[in-house]
Amino acid sequence: MSTVVAPTEPSGTPTDVRSRRLTDRVFRLRESGIIVVLAMFVLVTTAIQPRFLDSANIQFVLVNTTVFALLALGETLVVVSRNVDLSIGSVLGLSAYMSSSLFGSIHGISVVVVFLTGLGIGLACGFANGLMVALGRVPSLVVTLATLYVIRGIDILHVGGGEVVASTLPSSFTNIPQDTFLGIPVVAIAVAVVVAAGAYYMRSFRSGRELYAIGSNPEAARLAGIPVGRRVFTAFALSGAIAGLAGVLWAAQYQTIDSSAGTGYELQVIAAVVVGGVAIFGGSGSAVGAAIGALLLATINSALNVLGISSLWVEAIAGFLLLLAISLDRVISLRLANALRLMRSRGGA
Amino acid sequence: MRWETGLAVLVVAIGILGASISSQFFSSGNIFYLGLSSGEIAIMALPMTLIIISGEIDLSVASILGMSSALLGFLWSHGWPMPAIFAMIAILGVLAGSLNAVLVTRLGLPSLAVTIGTLALYRGIALILLGANTISTFPGSYTSIGTTQISGTDLSWSAGIFLIMAVIFGIVLHVTPFGRWIYAMGASPEAALFAGIRVRRVKTILFIVSGVVCSFAGVLYTFRLATAVSNNGLGLELDVVAIALVGGVSIFGGKGSITGVVLAVLAFAGIQNALFLTNFNQEATGIVIGGLLLVSVFVPNLAGLTERGRRRLIGTARTLKAPSHGVP
Repeated sequence: MSTVVAPTEPSGTPTDVRSRRLTDRVFRLRESGIIVVLAMFVLVTTAIQPRFLDSANIQFVLVNTTVFALLALGETLVVVSRNVDLSIGSVLGLSAYMSSSLFGSIHGISVVVVFLTGLGIGLACGFANGLMVALGRVPSLVVTLATLYVIRGIDILHVGGGEVVASTLPSSFTNIPQDTFLGIPVVAIAVAVVVAAGAYYMRSFRSGRELYAIGSNPEAARLAGIPVGRRVFTAFALSGAIAGLAGVLWAAQYQTIDSSAGTGYELQVIAAVVVGGVAIFGGSGSAVGAAIGALLLATINSALNVLGISSLWVEAIAGFLLLLAISLDRVISLRLANALRLMRSRGGA
Repeated sequence: MRWETGLAVLVVAIGILGASISSQFFSSGNIFYLGLSSGEIAIMALPMTLIIISGEIDLSVASILGMSSALLGFLWSHGWPMPAIFAMIAILGVLAGSLNAVLVTRLGLPSLAVTIGTLALYRGIALILLGANTISTFPGSYTSIGTTQISGTDLSWSAGIFLIMAVIFGIVLHVTPFGRWIYAMGASPEAALFAGIRVRRVKTILFIVSGVVCSFAGVLYTFRLATAVSNNGLGLELDVVAIALVGGVSIFGGKGSITGVVLAVLAFAGIQNALFLTNFNQEATGIVIGGLLLVSVFVPNLAGLTERGRRRLIGTARTLKAPSHGVP
């Protein structure tokens, strides 16, 4: 008995190609949009106060951004898959203290070992998060909210009222944020490379792209055979490891570490990530955009300082920008959906 | 076993534990202190519960508290009379809640992202209003709520207000049609819409109520501490969400009760107090909240996990036992 196969539309029809091109163009526009805003900000501020673009200030902004850009990379991995990691601030704080206190307790310890310790601490926290979210099927908002508390509590119990002071840190460590290469801080270059690598992984490696699928429609992803649990676990493990690494960098930069290190960072990072074009419900956005979001917020902070406007305005501006960004994204996606619908109804049979 | 029953057992256990740790636990002074320290968080947890059940979330609650505290200090230091200040703070609460409501209902934006944005925006406004200033010149008649009980009882003013509000919110949620609409919206937004429930209107009301309640909580907070400073209430939103979740409110919406939240408040206050009496580092009590939170989500899931595991085992056994398709 012969079976009738319904004729399928070849995937290269004009409508399909046109709608795909339109979508690509819109998404790329979104990312270049933040760069445009950043450029405008820099131009306007420099016009009013040329001091803004002098090398000392640029270095300062870049070094400040590095920690947040790293955190933004980790958070992007998680948010794209339709999860959220609220524990990164606490992980950063714990890693910052525990790794930098090694200098005081083990004499002559190498800087590399300290970095690896911080990475390891973050990785352990990320493992815990990932296990609970992937295996336990518990919403990540709740899990990471709880680990935010627990990790911060462990940090406070461990640190007590103590702190790591700059005098215990060797200059080979504290010089890291200050080393420059051709005028650009080495840490900024390193972090830029890491972020670019992360974005490349998410875009061009199968496991990276699967994160987008999971965020776009978790059930469909599961049915399509994507190992959702494993991918989500990896995303959280990486986010934790990156936060641990960022903690060590933070310690090198601020040099005084107590139990409050990193408090509140998670919301700032999420704001940066959303401003950078990553959808809060996952499925779209890139780590590069998120890092630029972090850079934008740090630039605004610096611009306000330079212009003499009280830095008290930063938080309000950041909040306003976040609201503006998600409103714009919503309007754009509605328009895009409309345009695609019109295209299909006009082009289709 | 119902969630609230388990919570009640927990509260009793905490009570026993606390009494065994310190004979002071149930003393009138301690009960006063119990109610005092968690009063504002408990009050804010009530509208939060309704919002989470309806399927949304409001992370800006602590910033609204801070913003109203800053406004209180700002206006007072500029010589405004208290009644006028209270009116302004109520208006502030309405405006803050309205912004959340408009962005969520009109623009259809996810409330998680919106309220993270307004969390920053409102905290920023608090910073702009007060800067680095600290206003502590409030008259003693108001700041006495931080030191005196409601006459005739051991309760602090904030605890008493919480109990009255809990009754009101409980009636609204569990008895009125409005409450049924909230559950419906959380359980299935589409079905609720098609059933004729004014989803937008209900959510708008919930966010505005949250705004007003939180700005009022800001007044209580300021008078209790007798200080208005721009970081008042910083970070409290997570405590409020944690309490609602431990109280049995499902983060997915559609499930939860005021009873559970009240029990969670008692559990939370009890644990914090017991730890205080044992000289446990106060700042690390977060571990307990975090642990409670994890337990509260894993216990119901554990039942599901073991059920899934059991079913898989039974399924495998059945296929092994089934006779193969034989040809007669």
